[in-house]
Amino acid sequence: MNVAPSTTAKFGQSVKRVEDSRLITGNGRYVDDLLLPGQTYAAFVRSAHAHARIASIDTSSAAQMPGVVRILTGQDLVDAGLAPLPCGWNLDSVDGTPARVAVHRALATDAVRFVGEPVALVIAETRNQARDAADAVFVNYEELPTVVDLRAAIAPDAPQLHADIPQNRAFTWGIGDAAQVDAAFARASHKVGIELRNNRLVPNAMEPRAINAEWRTFDRSMTIHLTHQNPIGMRVMFMMLLGLESENHLRVVSPDVGGGFGSKAPAYPEELAVAFAARAVGRPVKWTAERTESFLTDAHGRDHITTAELALDDQGHFLAIRVHTLANFGAYVSTSNALVVSYMYATMLTGQYNIPAAHALVEGIYTNTCPVDAYRGAGRPEAAYLIERLANLAAQEIGVDQAEIRRRNFIRTFPHQTPLVYCYDSGDYEGCLDAALRLADYAGFESRRAEARARGKLRGIGLSAYVEACGIGPSRLLASLGGAGSMWESCEIRVQPAGSVEVLTGAHNHGQGHQTVYAQLVSERFGIPMDRITVIQGDTDRIQAGTGTYGSRASVGLSAAARSCDKIISKGREIVACMLGVEPDQVDFEDGIYSSAATNQTVAFAEMAHAAHAAASFPTDRIEPGLVATTFFDPPNFTYPAGVHVCEVEIDPETGVTEVVAFNAADDFGTVANPMIVEGQVHGGVTQGIGQALWENAVYDPETAQLLTASYMDYGMPRADSLPEFGLTFWPSPTPVNPLGMKGCGEAGAIGSPPAVINAVCDALGIAHMDMPASPEKIWRICRQRSEMA
Amino acid sequence: MYELAYVRPQSLTDALAMLAQDDGAQALSGGQTLMPVLRARLAMPTRLVDLARLHELAGITPAGDGIEIGAATTHHDVSTSSAVRSVLPALAGLAGGIGDAQIRHRGTIGGSIANNDPAACYPSALLALGASITTSQRTLAAQDFFTGMFSTALEPGEIVRSIRLPACDKARYIKFRNPASRFALVGVFAARLPGGYRIAITGGGNGVFRWQEAEQHLDSGGSVSAIAEERLDIGNFTGDLHGSAEYRRHIAAVTVRQAISAIT
Repeated sequence: MNVAPSTTAKFGQSVKRVEDSRLITGNGRYVDDLLLPGQTYAAFVRSAHAHARIASIDTSSAAQMPGVVRILTGQDLVDAGLAPLPCGWNLDSVDGTPARVAVHRALATDAVRFVGEPVALVIAETRNQARDAADAVFVNYEELPTVVDLRAAIAPDAPQLHADIPQNRAFTWGIGDAAQVDAAFARASHKVGIELRNNRLVPNAMEPRAINAEWRTFDRSMTIHLTHQNPIGMRVMFMMLLGLESENHLRVVSPDVGGGFGSKAPAYPEELAVAFAARAVGRPVKWTAERTESFLTDAHGRDHITTAELALDDQGHFLAIRVHTLANFGAYVSTSNALVVSYMYATMLTGQYNIPAAHALVEGIYTNTCPVDAYRGAGRPEAAYLIERLANLAAQEIGVDQAEIRRRNFIRTFPHQTPLVYCYDSGDYEGCLDAALRLADYAGFESRRAEARARGKLRGIGLSAYVEACGIGPSRLLASLGGAGSMWESCEIRVQPAGSVEVLTGAHNHGQGHQTVYAQLVSERFGIPMDRITVIQGDTDRIQAGTGTYGSRASVGLSAAARSCDKIISKGREIVACMLGVEPDQVDFEDGIYSSAATNQTVAFAEMAHAAHAAASFPTDRIEPGLVATTFFDPPNFTYPAGVHVCEVEIDPETGVTEVVAFNAADDFGTVANPMIVEGQVHGGVTQGIGQALWENAVYDPETAQLLTASYMDYGMPRADSLPEFGLTFWPSPTPVNPLGMKGCGEAGAIGSPPAVINAVCDALGIAHMDMPASPEKIWRICRQRSEMA
Repeated sequence: MYELAYVRPQSLTDALAMLAQDDGAQALSGGQTLMPVLRARLAMPTRLVDLARLHELAGITPAGDGIEIGAATTHHDVSTSSAVRSVLPALAGLAGGIGDAQIRHRGTIGGSIANNDPAACYPSALLALGASITTSQRTLAAQDFFTGMFSTALEPGEIVRSIRLPACDKARYIKFRNPASRFALVGVFAARLPGGYRIAITGGGNGVFRWQEAEQHLDSGGSVSAIAEERLDIGNFTGDLHGSAEYRRHIAAVTVRQAISAIT
């Protein structure tokens, strides 16, 4: 159990995380910890080639090896009727044709299309036996030419990944009004343009993906323990894919999960194959990814090439933006990626600015690489990076300061309908900018730059004013945009006879601190100690319904919880009214005590709970016994967190090394549930964003399409000792779209920080642009070229 | 990892016998390279012979005007040893900068030099200081011990027992870290010994080497600022994702100048 304080808490306080003492003392319970009677283990045979036809697969010698229970190939799965993986979002191209979604099978059948793609599955008595036998499966490949680069992939003579998808193009999707944009550019005084890459990232959750699937013949039911951000969604998905009779024949449990960042939200081929195998062999099958498998097959993030232009009037007001993005899908369309590159990306391209006209084209393109999907920010970091780079180019073009160009273009009145679908509900962009500039001592920067120059260092400062979209809803809007899933969240609150409380949420905690924050909310509302409250999640046998955690959705689940609290309190008022012989509107409730001025009597929350279950003090024909309330909250709109990040770097021109010497941010997350946890979310997000800007980069060999950065020897993870102390402040404009005023904070750090870092690097070097990551050698070459010219 | 046997001999004699009996046996010290290799199934020894607790390989002792360090001494113990800190502080600093705390409590000096990773730190110190390496069979000079990337003069079944290093208070190790692995993208160990300057460079890619031209330049009174990268043979460097050969050579020269400046 978690260790919670025996005192009441307030929503908005920095309560220490109740889950931490359990997790950091080794008492977490993860999927790989579960050992079932009759347990078997799976190992995958994976392709070492990035593109090859599978001529034949010989499993005969592997099948004879010690401990082997069964070997399954892609054809075995097809023969048994296993459905391919679904695409979770339906989009049409601008010409009206539907997206070309490649068939994605749990195990490859005809061909392999990226290094690490699973080809066969070995089930054995031990993990090592499974691996030994997997090594002995012989696959006869006929190698095919590969393509990694986005532009090369759409060239006329490019190797084609899927027979029915010419030029590897899934779709060319568009948004906005191209004619309006053309007209605005025609009358613009200035134009700035950019071509940039948003580098591919590996998610690197601390806990690798894992599944333990168990089939029970006696009731034809399956239980799947799964590292996932959305176990309830996965129940429906796996039920349909496996062809189970009903939802009631499948239980999905996601216990403690060690980080997701989006990479544990898709439906993956390995997990589907393992679940299928468990039914095929009639014994539990467990698979836990090794770190190399995580690098090769966890859905990667980002990977865009974009060209864009911004039209300006003579005062630097933004008139129009025109964007063309090539988005790398990898070899297949992962579950949510069509959404990520369209409505989660292109809708945010006007940023915090009043830009009357906008148009974007996004081409989704297949290459011989690992599939791409949502990764912390999921589309919004790519949008923020683009518009915030353009804003700095605009400042240079007009000859004004980075802060001033933003001030001239900020949206100042809310609600604000952008030209790209979304309607921003609230915000104070200039107030937030001023708060960030104060925190960063922006006014004093030039003296710091001069002082650094005296030490031989190039100091630069970069701003980024991001806005993003969280909460995701309402369901009806999402469905109209192509969504295949609903976006509400549910919360059931059960008050027990002795007054302890169970909070059942369909959201899933994999590091966000839900077990603390939900308890804080309930503790405040009911006036009861934290240790009386248990937050339950992640098990479809216990949770009524839900949508999981992604897209900074805490506001949705907590809004459902708040409404369920209100329902409980309200029912309690009716019960207490009967107990005291007064009318419900004569009963007050404050700090856990019901009271009535009419009788001068009080009833504690726990006494009320006992009375609700005893059912002796009120008429049960009018008031039902028991004390349970359930809420389904479908948000009426997205929320739009926003903020300003200010990064300062120092560059050593002799080595090209960039040091982040200061990082300050002012964020509008609306109401903040727990400042300590929210700051932690910002720390993590900013760290990932700085990582993307300076170190992280997933690189495929351009010829062989082998992943060159498949371990921590070559993939540059950010580390605490490479980062400064962050200066953070909140500048909240609570949102009206949910009862708590919360906007969401989980992804903001990773959205706002990359452009702040690159703007600072460009400022230090006095250059227009540099692609991420800003590696030492690239910077050194610029510095060297300059010193040779000087 | 493939299935294998694990044995922990009680003496060096036993360890040598175990390694001699079985061609597939592999000596294990701190395991900071070997264990990841085994986990990735990149090696298939029949058995691991664990040397980490052999008393013959333990300890840091004074030796003449220098010190002798047992092969199984961890990086942590080298970095915190008062003996090392007093006679050869640069080596304590080097050891304290290897990997992270967990690695420093497991990894050993003997394991590091026997592996001779081209990006390892210790080989540069041994080469620059003219250390001698005592094995189960003989004593070798560092320049004869390191024979190229991942290769040493060790014969099959031969075990490093100890490393003997001279005292030197005019020495400095500076590491320019690979941003991903934190190994040396370039590491420079510079020392001022009675016989003159010694400069050894690790991380170039082809194995640790001395930059004798720069040593001679300094010995003949040349200035630090005149240590030019163009005089460093580019053939000592290879390029990868983290830096081209040209960049590594440049960083090597910059780092040499920093290290020499620190000891003059």
